[in-house]
Amino acid sequence: MKTVIIKYNAGNIQSVLFALERIGIQAVVTDDAEEILAAEKVIFPGVGEASTAMQYLKERELDKLIVSLKQPVLGICLGMQLLCAYSEENDTSCLGVFEQVPVRKFRNKETAFKVPQTGWNSIQQLKGPLFTQVKENEYCYFVHSYYAILNEFTTGTTEYIHPYSSALQRNNFYGVQFHPEKSAKAGEQILKNFLTL
Amino acid sequence: MLTKRIIPCLDIKDGRTVKGTNFLELRDAGDPVELAMRYCEEGADELVFLDITATTEKRKTLAALVREIATHINIPFTVGGGINTVEDVRVLLDNGADKISVNTSAVKRPELINELAMQFGSQCVVVAIDAKLINNTWMVVTHGGRTPTSLTALDWAREAAARGAGELLLTSMENDGTKNGFALDITKTISEAVAIPVIASGGAGTMEHFSDVFKKANADAALAASIFHFREIPVQELKRYLQVQQIPVRL
Repeated sequence: MKTVIIKYNAGNIQSVLFALERIGIQAVVTDDAEEILAAEKVIFPGVGEASTAMQYLKERELDKLIVSLKQPVLGICLGMQLLCAYSEENDTSCLGVFEQVPVRKFRNKETAFKVPQTGWNSIQQLKGPLFTQVKENEYCYFVHSYYAILNEFTTGTTEYIHPYSSALQRNNFYGVQFHPEKSAKAGEQILKNFLTL
Repeated sequence: MLTKRIIPCLDIKDGRTVKGTNFLELRDAGDPVELAMRYCEEGADELVFLDITATTEKRKTLAALVREIATHINIPFTVGGGINTVEDVRVLLDNGADKISVNTSAVKRPELINELAMQFGSQCVVVAIDAKLINNTWMVVTHGGRTPTSLTALDWAREAAARGAGELLLTSMENDGTKNGFALDITKTISEAVAIPVIASGGAGTMEHFSDVFKKANADAALAASIFHFREIPVQELKRYLQVQQIPVRL
């Protein structure tokens, strides 16, 4: 089984690579269209800024390639946000797989909430195959300043300042806002679930 | 609900874990990878590795150790010690570190924080601040506490945040190694002055000290070393205690 991680200008891809290695999967990091198309599973990770990431994807025509994929695709963190329609981060048009879903910035009216949200938060209202054997209210590791609102594709929610989508799914496209590669055993289970879809 | 983080810190010297009192008198605390794995099992939320003897010749050894850690642990970890350049950071991130921490080098050349945030994102840039009470003001000290500076801890915290730090790791040199509790006053002052998370460090001796630093000083995370290494306070037991105190923790 071949798993590829899409290579682009939003690191830290290494953490994902190591996490897959820990569960016995040797993934290939590539931006080669043919290799991505031929893969059984595609992981679209990313930590960084939305507009520069989108620009990079467009320049290499990876934007069109990603939305055309038929195999299971997992967007992580910024990867998930880029699969949405639009991000408030530098007013960026995104890939639009999660149609009409906007990504907004956390606004901390109270100083009690730091932005970015950094640390372990719980995930609720879990739906779909990504969360097989993952219990309701499991903790996962998050680092983000922007979030996807609750919408028709929501398969997991988290609360920070207010509830938002911590997981999304539309057909073969999956997205998680947290970092499964850094979320201890729960994260490993989620990665395994994705890899056995 | 976002939980408060418990972070064991491993001071590394020549590939071994050591812990000193007031940064002196080092004693051996074992193999870092083994210890890191034990902490993962016990429910630590994150780990920090500080290479206290990091020199140019030893950076390759550190990179190899970081890779070894990354292949074994499934929670975030930060690596610090002797980081001066964007290139130093790239090597550590490529070997699997999730975050890096800078201290003296950022005080010497604050632009380093901007460069790192720009290149790798704020989420992986932790600015470590060592603070010491000098004439009733919390001042920044560098080089592991040996060198005084003219910066106040509060001003430097604000500046580091403005330059793009993703988190602050605040160590009170007055409290470090004493087991008399965290420095609540400066932790609270800084935590309320910046919009980024503050990790409190230095002085943990009892479970109540952790409860205090979360409740009274509004810390987002608390870091300690020897009390965890030598199992004086097991991580799991500490988290259960905090839960009873109605502090949100991951259990």
